[in-house]
Amino acid sequence: MRVAPGTTLAVLGRNGAGKSTLLRILATLLRPHEGDVLVFGEPLPRRAFNVRARLGLLAHEPLLYRELSGRENLEYHAGLHGVRRGRVQEVLEAVGMERRAGDPVRLLSRGMVQRLAVCRAVLHEPELLLLDEPRANLDPAASELVEPLIGRQSGATRVLTSHDPGSALAEADLVLALKDGRPAFIGPPEQLGESQLRDLYA
Amino acid sequence: MPSTTYGKGLRGLSLATILTIGLALVLVFFYAPLDANQGFVQKIFYIHVPLAIVSLCGFVFGALMAVGYLRTGERKWDMRSYVAIHMALIFGIGGLITGSIWAKASWGHWWVWNEPTLVSFLIVLLLFATYQPLRFSIEDPERQSRYASVFSIVAGAFVPLNFIAVRLSTQYVHPRVLTLTGGNLPASMGLTFVISLIGITLLYTTLWKYEMTAKNARSQVRRLRRTLLGEDSVSPMRRSAAPS
Amino acid sequence: MRTALILLRKDLRLELRTLETVPAMVLFAVVTFVIFHFGLNRDTIDGQLAAGVLTATLLFASMLAINRLFVAEREQGGFDAFLLAPVDRSAMLLAKAAALFLFMVALEVIAVPAFGLFLLGPSLGPPLPGLILVLVLADLGLAVIGTLVSAIAVHTRARDLIGPIIGLPLLIPALIATARAAGPLLRTVDPASAPPGKWVAILALYDLVFALLAYAVFDFLLED
Repeated sequence: MRVAPGTTLAVLGRNGAGKSTLLRILATLLRPHEGDVLVFGEPLPRRAFNVRARLGLLAHEPLLYRELSGRENLEYHAGLHGVRRGRVQEVLEAVGMERRAGDPVRLLSRGMVQRLAVCRAVLHEPELLLLDEPRANLDPAASELVEPLIGRQSGATRVLTSHDPGSALAEADLVLALKDGRPAFIGPPEQLGESQLRDLYA
Repeated sequence: MPSTTYGKGLRGLSLATILTIGLALVLVFFYAPLDANQGFVQKIFYIHVPLAIVSLCGFVFGALMAVGYLRTGERKWDMRSYVAIHMALIFGIGGLITGSIWAKASWGHWWVWNEPTLVSFLIVLLLFATYQPLRFSIEDPERQSRYASVFSIVAGAFVPLNFIAVRLSTQYVHPRVLTLTGGNLPASMGLTFVISLIGITLLYTTLWKYEMTAKNARSQVRRLRRTLLGEDSVSPMRRSAAPS
Repeated sequence: MRTALILLRKDLRLELRTLETVPAMVLFAVVTFVIFHFGLNRDTIDGQLAAGVLTATLLFASMLAINRLFVAEREQGGFDAFLLAPVDRSAMLLAKAAALFLFMVALEVIAVPAFGLFLLGPSLGPPLPGLILVLVLADLGLAVIGTLVSAIAVHTRARDLIGPIIGLPLLIPALIATARAAGPLLRTVDPASAPPGKWVAILALYDLVFALLAYAVFDFLLED
């Protein structure tokens, strides 16, 4: 299957169906055992190095050091990715975390940590966003704040997973449904029937 | 799916091993002369030294196979490395025990610190004894193979450095325990030694091949069962230290 | 190189913030000196015995740091974060080894004077320059092997156990060379003015061989 630039792919399935694994493969963190995976046209895992700078991953774990502050964490990631000056402050303000950015991450609420995780994921302005349950732990206000960074308006190609099919389908241009690690459906969301959907989560 | 068969030549190899070891035994007991100082006990030398040499070569061989695995990613290299190392460990323990017996018989102590080869061996074995616990404690099979390979290579490089350091650190106040009179082997002893060495080498090779064949056959059977009878017919293998 | 510095800064910052590793190492070392005093039933020691006690104590204390070196990465997603970045992966080897080296230096700044105070017979002043040379070389080897072993151990189930049982045998040649190089320096009668070249050379050789080897294999430990 092919995901066109700028579009959104929703990956659906039960817990354990393989959604996170797929995302990790696309993020170059795991090697595929079979088949070909190409990101920006580059085959993985051989050309993984070339694509890393252009993708961002929002994973189950925030990938932040708990003893460091939000700002220190972001500056660390900024250094690794060669991000321009001022960008850290920019994203902190965009999600409304600039006042709490100096507190160690272990003191922050889960919603705040998730917001920081979003900051980390989009810090280097990636063209491809891999979002594993992006709305987890976010209240409606926070969700609104992160929307411009990881939503459709960001302009990035997005692959997102959700164990809540409703919201995912609403955003998707293309749907991949997984059952027991295998694709059960590939196509635009309109074509996914109710009974098929129920069967996925049975 | 074609796969390498390891059973080829096993019978011939076993025969060669039995014959050579048989010949070596005959030579040791009836042909090699009795050592002037140490007497009959010195004959342990004919098994101790070959065991030690073959064990060391086995570790180096295992490290080379590990390099093969890291370069190709094919499981068979890891299998070869695993079998080589654990076989070498067994032979090494044998070498250590025979060395200890020799020390006791000729010097009166079960252990001597001023025999650098024996001491280096102890350290090497302490290191390689961690190989299987290491493998066993990593569950993901691919990672297990990869990490075991890295370990084998580092441990392989360690062996010569260790021997150098230990040898230099040993005081030569006492003469070396496990040497022979004068240091030059008379021809008859030399011949016996060479035959013994060949015999032990063949033994190692045969056992290595034998274990590889057994493991290979087992995994092929599992694969066939899985293909013919479906996933459920094969019970998942218990967590193990060996590559499957 | 730049990447390694970023990583190192992060690790040093974490250690300064939490103060988990170095104080524990220092305490461990000092308690060990006390234990040796009682175990050997000696008020002072010198020469090879002193060198051996000091080296062994530093070696065991280093195991504490080695056990913890990669734990934060494993538990807080540090590996993933690093693997996602478009950087050379051996930077992590360099950074972690540098961190471990600095931890050892911090340890020695306190532990060696403590050793001089509690256990060492002859005065610490004259042998100090030679001792520093020997310890720096030893710390380099320890940093390399420790990082390698720690990276292997962090992905196993028996994490704290695997590190020492693999690391200690591997470090024995370094231990031999360090103790034998320091021994003549710490003699009461006719102490050497410089450490014996033979052992310094072996230590340097050990450092070189394992640094190259570690550089070659480290990447294989980081892939998933």
